[in-house]
Amino acid sequence: MEKKLSKMDRLLVAWRTTFLQGSWNFERMQNGGWAYAIIPAIKKLYTDKQQQSDALKRHLLFFNTHPYVASPIMGVALAMEEEKANRKTVTDEEIQTVKVGMMGPLAGVGDPVFWFTLRPILAALGATLAMTGNILGPIIFFVGWNVIRFGFMWFTQEQAYHAGRNIEQVFSDGFLQMVTKGSSIIGLFVLGALVQRWVIVDYASLGLQTQLDALFPGLSALLLTLVCMWLLKKKVSPVWLIIIVFIFGILGHCIGVF
Amino acid sequence: MNFTTGLLIVLVAFLAGIEGILDEFQFHQPLVACTLIGLVSNQLEAGIILGGTLQMIALGWANIGASVAPDVTLASVASSIFLVLSGKGVDSIYVAIAIAIPLSMFGVKLTHMVRTVSVSIVHRMDDAAEDADFGKIQRWHLVAVCLQGLRVALPAAILLLIPTSSVNQFMNMIPTWLLEGLCIGGGMIVAIGYAIVINVMVNKEIWPFFVLGFVLAMMTQFTLLALVLIAIAFMTLYLSITTKNKKNTSSEDPLDDILNDY
Repeated sequence: MEKKLSKMDRLLVAWRTTFLQGSWNFERMQNGGWAYAIIPAIKKLYTDKQQQSDALKRHLLFFNTHPYVASPIMGVALAMEEEKANRKTVTDEEIQTVKVGMMGPLAGVGDPVFWFTLRPILAALGATLAMTGNILGPIIFFVGWNVIRFGFMWFTQEQAYHAGRNIEQVFSDGFLQMVTKGSSIIGLFVLGALVQRWVIVDYASLGLQTQLDALFPGLSALLLTLVCMWLLKKKVSPVWLIIIVFIFGILGHCIGVF
Repeated sequence: MNFTTGLLIVLVAFLAGIEGILDEFQFHQPLVACTLIGLVSNQLEAGIILGGTLQMIALGWANIGASVAPDVTLASVASSIFLVLSGKGVDSIYVAIAIAIPLSMFGVKLTHMVRTVSVSIVHRMDDAAEDADFGKIQRWHLVAVCLQGLRVALPAAILLLIPTSSVNQFMNMIPTWLLEGLCIGGGMIVAIGYAIVINVMVNKEIWPFFVLGFVLAMMTQFTLLALVLIAIAFMTLYLSITTKNKKNTSSEDPLDDILNDY
């Protein structure tokens, strides 16, 4: 009889993928979390002890990517495991090759989309509300993020599961580069807006402040950001930079500039 | 502070610690962690405001290349605990943040320790895989998850041992000029998180979008949401124009294309 993963099995795997980074380690990175996530599928597909052991071993190999884009990779892996359990036409190496082949390019998309665009935007929206003491700020951020996150994980895992190994077509036609570029554009635009609105350089002299504002509101904020970018490029550690800017603010206040 | 409150704060810290590695639910982000700690210690509003303020600062904290950003998890938890202990509410926000950021460097060290310990944990998983022992693999994975929770819960518990009176005394000792200075510095350190992300994303092709965002933000009528929509519109326009150009230039002679257009 053909072995098949039910929707429930796939949902369980998607839920367990939430814990992908739980045993993140310096040797094989997300391998433990990956094995943890795929266990329900292995249990369902293999009944023989030796086959189960082999399956666990091949899923404990090195793995590392952005935690959310691991889901489409998981979808493909589930499809391949299903094929292997039924027809044995898939080798262990093929599964690992597909995993490794996908994790690099996908991590390159996941970081700019989720960490550098979506989270800053959603967090900034929430934070502007929260700074006025509005509980909606944290709620919008938390609910919004998790709906998008789990929606993305489940949808891409399902798509990839149904596409199987054909998924590689998505990589070839420049689709991923397009997503990366599009999200970087939005991210940079919003960061420009955030620098103008939320980097606050307040001068003690009202005259100076009005003159600068008349010239270019947010000019000092822009200059400060550019200096920080330059110092970070010069390998100044972010923590030291924070301490330096704090001291700069305090000293500036003491001598009456801010 | 009574025992139950302390226990609940440690519980939130534990959740935040787990999320600090998983990065899924976002319990470790200031917006969520500070709000929850404010909630369980009956200072909800101050917690929300601290969360929003610290979130703006920590928006772009990410470890890029060799440079290590402060650990947002411990920064959120430590600053909220300080806020709660000080009993000064909103007035202590910037002092809390200024104290929490150096502490959070210690958080980075701790998560590195756990990630090293996890190497031996996955070796035990290897042994379990040998016997196809599913339960053992699952248990060891969850042990690693809990260790990450403890790496924030334990420092939180230690911070909670500091008597409220001494934090209060400490707050009263801080002169006004320093309080005001920290507040001013707090408005400026926001730039660092943004600078980190801009450095990663900016390139020769798309930097004009940064300028557009900056200039359009001067229009105070635009809310942040409106600006995001403008950004999406620009992105769509730009991508459709550039992909069209690529198709046009595919022909051998560009001059011929132009003549054809006439």
